[in-house]
Amino acid sequence: MTIILKVDKVTKRFGGLVAVNSFSFEIKEGAIDSIIGPNGAGKTTLFNCITGFYKADEGEIIFNDHHIRGFSPDRVTNLGISRTYQNIRLFANMTAIENILVGQHPHLKTLWIEAILKNGRFKKEEAEALKEARRLLHYVGLSGLGDHLARNLPYGAQRRLEIARAIASKPKLLLLDEPTAGMNPNESAEMMHFIRNLRDELGISVLLIEHDMRVVMGISENISVMDFGQKIAEGTPKEIQRNPRVIEAYLGRGAAAGFETQTPASAG
Amino acid sequence: MNLNWRLIIKNGLLGGIIAFYLSAIGMAETFSQRYLISTFLSTGQLFVAVGGVTAGILTARALKEDYKKSTAYIGSLLAGVFSSLPLILLIFLIQVLVIQQTGQEVIFRWRDMFVNFSPGLVAMLTFGQGLGLGIPLLILASALLAGLGATFILFPDRLRLAWLNGLIWMLGIGIFSENVTQILGQFGGRGLARFLFQQRTLNPIAAILIFAGAFAIAYFRVHKTVQNRWTGMPARQQKRGRTIGLVLGILLLISLPWMVGQFLSQALFMVGLYVMMGLGLNIVVGYAGLLDLGYVAFFAVGAYTMGILTSTGPLGQSDLSFWAVLPIAVLVGLAWGVFLGFPVLRMRGDYLAIVTLGFGEIIRILATSDWLAPFEGGPQGILHIPNPNFFGITMHQPQTMYYLVVAGSLLIAFVTIRLRESRLGRQWMAMREDEDVAEAMGINLVQTKLLAFSIGAAFSAMAGAIFAARLGNIFPHSFNLLISINALALIIVGGLGSIPGVIVGSLILVGLPELLREFTEYRLLMYGLLLIVMMLFRPEGFLPEETQKRELHADEEELAPLET
Amino acid sequence: MLKRYFQNISWVDVFLRVFQIAALIVITIGIYNTVTTGRYTSAQWATLVFAGLAQGSVYALIALGYTLVYGILLMINFAHGEVYMAGAFTGVFLAQYLSNIGFLDSNPFLGVTALILLAGTVSTLIAVLLERIAYRPLRGAPRLVPLITAIGASFALQYTFRGLYGAEFRAYPAVKALSGLVNVFGFNVPLVQLVVLAAAVVFMVALYLFVERTKMGKAMRAVSEDKDVARLMGIDIDKVIVTTFAIGGALAGVAGVFNGLFRPQGVYFFMGFFPGLKAFTAAVLGGIGNLPGAMIGGLLLGVFESLFPNLILEGLGIPSANQLRDAFAFTMLVLILIFRPQGIFGERLAEKKA
Repeated sequence: MTIILKVDKVTKRFGGLVAVNSFSFEIKEGAIDSIIGPNGAGKTTLFNCITGFYKADEGEIIFNDHHIRGFSPDRVTNLGISRTYQNIRLFANMTAIENILVGQHPHLKTLWIEAILKNGRFKKEEAEALKEARRLLHYVGLSGLGDHLARNLPYGAQRRLEIARAIASKPKLLLLDEPTAGMNPNESAEMMHFIRNLRDELGISVLLIEHDMRVVMGISENISVMDFGQKIAEGTPKEIQRNPRVIEAYLGRGAAAGFETQTPASAG
Repeated sequence: MNLNWRLIIKNGLLGGIIAFYLSAIGMAETFSQRYLISTFLSTGQLFVAVGGVTAGILTARALKEDYKKSTAYIGSLLAGVFSSLPLILLIFLIQVLVIQQTGQEVIFRWRDMFVNFSPGLVAMLTFGQGLGLGIPLLILASALLAGLGATFILFPDRLRLAWLNGLIWMLGIGIFSENVTQILGQFGGRGLARFLFQQRTLNPIAAILIFAGAFAIAYFRVHKTVQNRWTGMPARQQKRGRTIGLVLGILLLISLPWMVGQFLSQALFMVGLYVMMGLGLNIVVGYAGLLDLGYVAFFAVGAYTMGILTSTGPLGQSDLSFWAVLPIAVLVGLAWGVFLGFPVLRMRGDYLAIVTLGFGEIIRILATSDWLAPFEGGPQGILHIPNPNFFGITMHQPQTMYYLVVAGSLLIAFVTIRLRESRLGRQWMAMREDEDVAEAMGINLVQTKLLAFSIGAAFSAMAGAIFAARLGNIFPHSFNLLISINALALIIVGGLGSIPGVIVGSLILVGLPELLREFTEYRLLMYGLLLIVMMLFRPEGFLPEETQKRELHADEEELAPLET
Repeated sequence: MLKRYFQNISWVDVFLRVFQIAALIVITIGIYNTVTTGRYTSAQWATLVFAGLAQGSVYALIALGYTLVYGILLMINFAHGEVYMAGAFTGVFLAQYLSNIGFLDSNPFLGVTALILLAGTVSTLIAVLLERIAYRPLRGAPRLVPLITAIGASFALQYTFRGLYGAEFRAYPAVKALSGLVNVFGFNVPLVQLVVLAAAVVFMVALYLFVERTKMGKAMRAVSEDKDVARLMGIDIDKVIVTTFAIGGALAGVAGVFNGLFRPQGVYFFMGFFPGLKAFTAAVLGGIGNLPGAMIGGLLLGVFESLFPNLILEGLGIPSANQLRDAFAFTMLVLILIFRPQGIFGERLAEKKA
């Protein structure tokens, strides 16, 4: 299996604070991997470095043979990485379907002049985009809600719409930042199932940041654990559960015993 | 009876402070001779009355829920009494500071400072009756005004709407007396005009008739009846009706300037010009969310391009016709949009606003300077710009130029609608909603912003070119900040992102002031207040942008499983 | 490696770099030509510098208001120039009165103090009202909204004062005790300019101490760091914000009086517009949100603006260069925002995005 993303000794500093410290990991094509760690460990910063929001100070980020460190976010997306956000960031005053249409941006080619002239190519492309958007809407189970403004959708629907928007760009790698935050166990289980489907049906590799251990342990093939910007462990869910350093990072010294048998619903 | 005194006093004083403010800045006295109905009600008095009426409305609204109607009325009347207090304070201030000073040798004249604290204002506030009788009268009048305000809230719905309708029509026709006379004159209704108005003010009988008519129309729900009959019609008839309506609308649009006369046509021309600019700015601000305060720069670029290329004076550089230069001006505007947009588009919201404002000023200062005077005339401007010639007809009247701006507006509206429904339009809106996420969706921000900026600029340049050809001469001082502010204010008032909103905004903010020239001095004050009030209470504008139905619009079809 | 480097720069970067170099070349040529032709004597340059410093101290005082508010609300108080106008315009009446009764000449210190008190009070009042009516209800609204309100407030204030005090220019009377020249490093400098500069510095130091030493100052800094945390710590956010506006307003009022003392052009209702924009430029120049930055930015802008037409433009052979003086601040603002948006002293504004 080929490696789709390789993060090599990436460091990101803010002034004196080292948010990500020489962090390395790899994702194989078709994998579902996770990064876990206590709050403030630097997980989202790492996401931001990968997607081009921040420029990593040191290290290499290689996606499908492209060195993408320092690329602007739009270029990263056009190469095939897509993401969601910890605190949902939809285009609030646009309808659900318009949100997805925006997500399709990398695959639309007509020029604005063609839009003014409304030529055949434009009409065809728009019709196809709309059809695709409706299909995606259906895929994430939001059929019928397409004309509602994104901000008027219920919370769970917003989460799913955000994912629909992310996969509208047909990414090869999807970065999900706490997709089950604020969900009850049932909804979380559904989301897990949904993420697995994404990989199985669409062939998208997935990288998760997640706090919900049930989700992480249930879905991930490989887990990297981050604390204070550094990687303190890596391995399969089983290995991570037994790793004393992880337990220590999460619960502090002395509390390690309980962790081994019972995974807390939401740690950190 | 247990009244909420705090609330009554608070609302009363609030209304009173509004009246005090409007009087102190001179809006009362300046218009005290501008009568609406006979010599019984003047515009100045109307402004003062706003205070009392506001006090009444606020109080009635607050008391409506928890008290009986009669109690709410009494509360409102009391609030009205309190609303007179600031005005009484004003009367005493003027009496002590200004009136008693007159004739004395004093070092400091308060009147020099507060220029509108005049004996005339006191006379107006006391109804010319002197302090002894005038102040009780003022208190009584304030109470009654607040009572009037209360009726706006407390009357039963049907009566309330009719009542408001009647008052609005009566006062409206009073304020626009001159324009109404003009329009009636065009239709041979001079006799009617003579009946309605005596020396520019409504004759009391006519006022009552207008009130009664408007009241009756609203009360008997003529509007509703017509609407019901309309919806009751079969679809085919409705379609035919709509076609007829459309044809009539187009005919009206075409014949409008010839119906309203030269003066109003000029007003219509200005409205159309600002519709063009508003539509352009709407792309920049409403769609792309870039607050551009230097929009006038592109208007000036268009005007100067037209001036330099077509002028028959010494500064003219070519003999091209208006029609040849118009597209050139649009392209030059586009180029300047790119040129000025390039360096600033990496800035965020408020920085962009100030920098574009700066650009507008730089362009104006440069245009005024001696440095560039050999090219564009400096402060003397460019003269002798010929009017456009349309198949042998010289368009020197506002009536003919009106068609030009209507055509321009339609063209721009067409382009705007097409763009809005395209990928580019969605990119703009996504960027407006969340710049970072938009970029993460693969959108190239610089390119997208630059397109918004330069397309908006091109439209503004087009308006500028038409403006230059209409006036025949242009001076740098015509291209001041106010044009940018005008354009911005009208799209906000109409509703950001909304095309009908631009037209409504332009009619309100450009059309009305053109008609009400006498308010020129206070025009910007009203703009400023309007902007604040809009942002506080109705930030989406009068005609907000509608969301488009897309999902359900398309025919339901088989949803195939997703493949990659 | 080189290829990677080129891959990471966009055509915008290239354009901006070219622009930057071109600007530098033009400026250098201008200065070179002016200096080598020896058009002006050193005394003339000194005159320009000191006039610039006095003007700059006015900008600095106004700029502090922008920077304080920005630091706390991350909002540009567009109507701040009008707050300055309010104080200056009101003060002129007292100044004329005091001058007429001879108080300003017999007791210049008390007289000017009275002016400062009045103008400061009026400006404070306007600033607080502005916050209460126009900004507070909009906290948390999209950024465009308070900005538009501020533009509206700016016009409303201008025309309110026009209605109140009339549309004419009114000049501050000359204060006898402040007229005359002083010898500084061998150059003759108008006393009033030095006094304005010194007094402005006193006010700025006082503000700095207030923010650094007092409890309220600490609360202000806490709020500017993180509003939510500050609220959790029991800080009354509203009070802090009102205080911020009040202090900014007071300083603007003071600036209005100083401006009147050394500039005979007179005050009127539109006077706040340009100084407001220039002071904003000064705040950005020093790094917005940074107090010493605003002070130094203001002084620098004053000096640059004073020198620029003679030093650069005349060297480029542009006629009547002084006409373009007002354009300078804007040009400078654009250049700073393009090339060093964090200003001279500002740290790069939080990079935080997602």
